[in-house]
Amino acid sequence: MDVLELKGIERTYRTGTVEVKALRGVDLTVAEAEFLAIMGPSGSGKSTLMNILGCLDSPTAGQYLLNGRDVATLKRGQLAQIRNETLGFVFQAFHLLPRTTASENVELPLLYRDERLSWKQIRDRAREALEVVGLGDRLHHTPTELSGGQKQRVAIARALVTKPRVLLADEPTGNLDTRTSLEIIELIQRLNDEGLTILMVTHEPEIARFAERVVILRDGLLRSDRRRTPLRAADHLADWSEESEDAMDEALGDRMNTEITPPVEVGP
Amino acid sequence: MKISAVPYVALKALRRNTMRTLLTALGIIIGVGAVITMVGLGQGAGAEVEEQVNRLGQNVILVFPGERQLGGVSIGGGSANTLTVGDAIALREEIPEVVAASPEVRSQRVLVYGNRNWATPVYGQSHDYLQIRDWPIEDGRMFTEEEVGRAALVTVIGQTVVQELFEGSDPIGETVRVRGLPLEVIGVLAPKGMSLMGSVQDDLAIVPYTTGFQRISGRSHAMVINVQVYNEESMDIARAKITDLLRERHRLAPNQDNDFTIQTQEEVAQVATETSRVMTWLLASIASIALFVGGIGIMNVMLVSVTERTREVGLRLAVGAKGPDVLLQFLIEAVILCLLGGLGGILVGVVATEVIASYAGWPALFSIEAMVVAVGVSAAVGVFFGFYPAWKASRLDPIIALRRE
Repeated sequence: MDVLELKGIERTYRTGTVEVKALRGVDLTVAEAEFLAIMGPSGSGKSTLMNILGCLDSPTAGQYLLNGRDVATLKRGQLAQIRNETLGFVFQAFHLLPRTTASENVELPLLYRDERLSWKQIRDRAREALEVVGLGDRLHHTPTELSGGQKQRVAIARALVTKPRVLLADEPTGNLDTRTSLEIIELIQRLNDEGLTILMVTHEPEIARFAERVVILRDGLLRSDRRRTPLRAADHLADWSEESEDAMDEALGDRMNTEITPPVEVGP
Repeated sequence: MKISAVPYVALKALRRNTMRTLLTALGIIIGVGAVITMVGLGQGAGAEVEEQVNRLGQNVILVFPGERQLGGVSIGGGSANTLTVGDAIALREEIPEVVAASPEVRSQRVLVYGNRNWATPVYGQSHDYLQIRDWPIEDGRMFTEEEVGRAALVTVIGQTVVQELFEGSDPIGETVRVRGLPLEVIGVLAPKGMSLMGSVQDDLAIVPYTTGFQRISGRSHAMVINVQVYNEESMDIARAKITDLLRERHRLAPNQDNDFTIQTQEEVAQVATETSRVMTWLLASIASIALFVGGIGIMNVMLVSVTERTREVGLRLAVGAKGPDVLLQFLIEAVILCLLGGLGGILVGVVATEVIASYAGWPALFSIEAMVVAVGVSAAVGVFFGFYPAWKASRLDPIIALRRE
């Protein structure tokens, strides 16, 4: 079943008299439980696409069906509800509230739920989500007391706490070192295995290698859409102790270079 | 959004920046504190005025000689010689509601005792004057009706005179001289404090009016007649009867104006309390400027806070907060800030009022209404000044907000 369906999505920005076409007709269908990586150079429209997928922005033209519903017909309040219930967001910069414990950060989306939850239910669900990401022992730590990887785990727990159907991750490993990146990817893969649909924007080919499907965006158009058997982050972590970080980088990089064929033009 | 989450989220946000929260609330603390203090002091002053009016005596009517018309030209109120001792006696004897009436004559005289002297107003009064003024004798006794009748050379003196002439030694039985006239001190008045006009009421000597008129002032007419009425309910009827009786005694034709003026203690009180009420309002208005400035401080900080927390707002919008949720959060933050300030202000105001009142010698009065109003006003200030920043926050575009560094 398709969770997301984009048909001829265009997005034009106007600044004064200048028109910038960030997206020029993107067609994309994402099935349930897929792990999709969106790649592309800066300015290719990745972020615009991500904003539209996340219901934070609406397309100038085209149709976006989320769970079969046409997003264009929804009002602001309904979009907010969809962001809350159907989508989970993970950002490069984590965006955790400062001086606020991990548990309270994770509770946040539940506070904006339409559904009535008791405080105890909210606490319990935040704890469960943090246990899923392996931070069951860090409930009351504030962001300054957490490492980068732990912060991103809290952010993932915050995205998971509403039990969304789709996880939108915008450069989730952008601020992390290789080892921590692998741990985050391992977590994302694990969630994907459990049936969560993942859309991840990244500009690092070695990270995209862990997705089962990679699309490449260039100048507002999808230029490549490839599926392959993904690498397993868990395997790499298991080998970690035997290899130095640099060696790992090289090994990953080499594999990327040999395995990724130059993107095939799919036509404008 | 979960209703109980609104204050929870707002409180969390305020606690994340305790110092700024406190400093912002300080503006409101000072504003509300100033209002409470000013209203408290004003009401205290009002109560003090009321008490001073009561010290004039209970159910007192003052009869002044009226303006005398001289060929159509007024020569000033109270200057006429229209009230006689006979009028005073008639008031007391012919009007049943009148329980006491004292024709008063006053003159500034030098009292001499041994080698000391002291200039003080000497009052001629009747034997029941102290009853009218509700003024107790501290030591000795008041002169009697019989002593008034024979114009006895006796005097009752106030505390100031005792201090100035006798330096604390017992004055009863001693003789003071006024213009060579020897007066025996038979009583000392209890201290009375300041009058409404701020003069020291204890600086005086009282003599029988007979002595006062003939031997000391040389006047023949009363400067005022102090009248006491049986009870408060009888004030109006007594007033009418006094008017009728005096008009009859002064042989005034129906078309002629009164040649005397009647003032009740209530009227005196009204003027005085009106004055203190105006002062209270004036002070409270000035204090509310402080509250207003405090409110602007809140708006300023909330605006800064919205800018500073752009990313937080972006995140909240991204995880499903709706515009109204964000608006409500910032609004409630402002209101909580103001309520905190309001409560702190009440505390500060109460303490400040107590301190100032104890220096000024007034009673410190706090009305629950003033406090409720102050807290209500500070909440309103929060809503009023918090609305614009909150509205601005709720209008943020989550995409731009999240990208902001």
